[in-house]
Amino acid sequence: MSVFFAQLRRDLLIAIRDRSEAANPIAFFLLAVLLLGLGLGRDAGTLGPGAIWVLALFANVLAAEGLFRRDHEDGTLEQMLVRARPLFPAVLGKLAAHWLLAGLPLAALSPLAVFFLHGSMAGATPLCGTLLLGTPILAALSAIGAALTVGTGRGGMLLAILVMPLYVPVLVFGVGAAKAADGAAFAQLMLAAMLVAALTTAPFAVGKALSISQEY
Amino acid sequence: MSVPFLVAEGVSCVVATRCLFRDLNITAGGGDLVEIRGANGSGKSTLLRGLAGLHVFHTGRLRRHVDFEYLGHRAGLGERLTPVENIRWLLRMRHQRVDVHAVDAAMIRLGLHGAADELCATLSAGQQRRAALARLVVSDAPLWLLDEPLTALDPSGVDLVRRLVAEHRASGGAVICATHANIAAQERTSHEIVLGQ
Repeated sequence: MSVFFAQLRRDLLIAIRDRSEAANPIAFFLLAVLLLGLGLGRDAGTLGPGAIWVLALFANVLAAEGLFRRDHEDGTLEQMLVRARPLFPAVLGKLAAHWLLAGLPLAALSPLAVFFLHGSMAGATPLCGTLLLGTPILAALSAIGAALTVGTGRGGMLLAILVMPLYVPVLVFGVGAAKAADGAAFAQLMLAAMLVAALTTAPFAVGKALSISQEY
Repeated sequence: MSVPFLVAEGVSCVVATRCLFRDLNITAGGGDLVEIRGANGSGKSTLLRGLAGLHVFHTGRLRRHVDFEYLGHRAGLGERLTPVENIRWLLRMRHQRVDVHAVDAAMIRLGLHGAADELCATLSAGQQRRAALARLVVSDAPLWLLDEPLTALDPSGVDLVRRLVAEHRASGGAVICATHANIAAQERTSHEIVLGQ
């Protein structure tokens, strides 16, 4: 546990000192919502929760791009790999910080996004709930992609292309769970199951990918 | 005879199509200093990364029986953190308890007591090197793997590293070090490995 909290504390401290960078994904999310609302006008009300989910996906990929880059460049990443035994809690701490900075704020701001897009406020609560369940899965999946691309020196597009196909089931069930329709309960259960699977297996995948990234 | 800290048997490494080293044997136990020498590009860093487990050797076997400190070209210091915060994180990653007084003493020893609360991004290259070396003072790991530890250091810093290595050996620790300079000071080097021959 101490390794988990040491890593979490470190990443949050860096984010607090580097607020502008930490705020980028959130600013992107809000701006994209605003543009969509302005572009579509009243028609935006027909978009439903899917639009906000897709924008949250994009914001998450953007945030993941820098997840390991700086640690890789300054050598902190190799120190983490060399020191942390086991690696799991250290990676999990990193994922937790990533979610607190770029997942939780999106879920928290989703009612505002519904308002901008002229959606029905009745749907805001279920949307917020599904984003709370879904954003940790997104964070875990994007971290795998970020770990795989960190050593290549080419993040950005490559990361997006790598990770977005993995987002498909999360998006399908996330949007399904946010709609007040039959099958919403099933979609919520599926989302919860994916969350458990992601949190238990993704740190291993991220750890392995990071080890490979250090080979050259 | 006690169990050595690290044994590498017949390790080889190929990068792209070039064989850096082949069938290398390295043993380091308490009090040993192994110096790795060789021209630029001869594979010193790769060998050390391999010994630290960051790189997989193509052949051979590597066994480590103790905790170790690895200090590579990249200092392993977050630039948005102070040297003290970095050391705390480094220690806690390995479940080592953080003794505040010991960390302060290490800062003073490395001549960083004035810069202990500044962000690493604002430190000079030499100061960053000193901040990276500070972990050696507080660490309880018996084995040190150092990759050119004297880079960017002034003469007093070089002396300090030699003293740290000598003290570590005297207290039963082992050091494996890639270097172009003389690390051993007056004492003798246990082994010297020359790459690229």
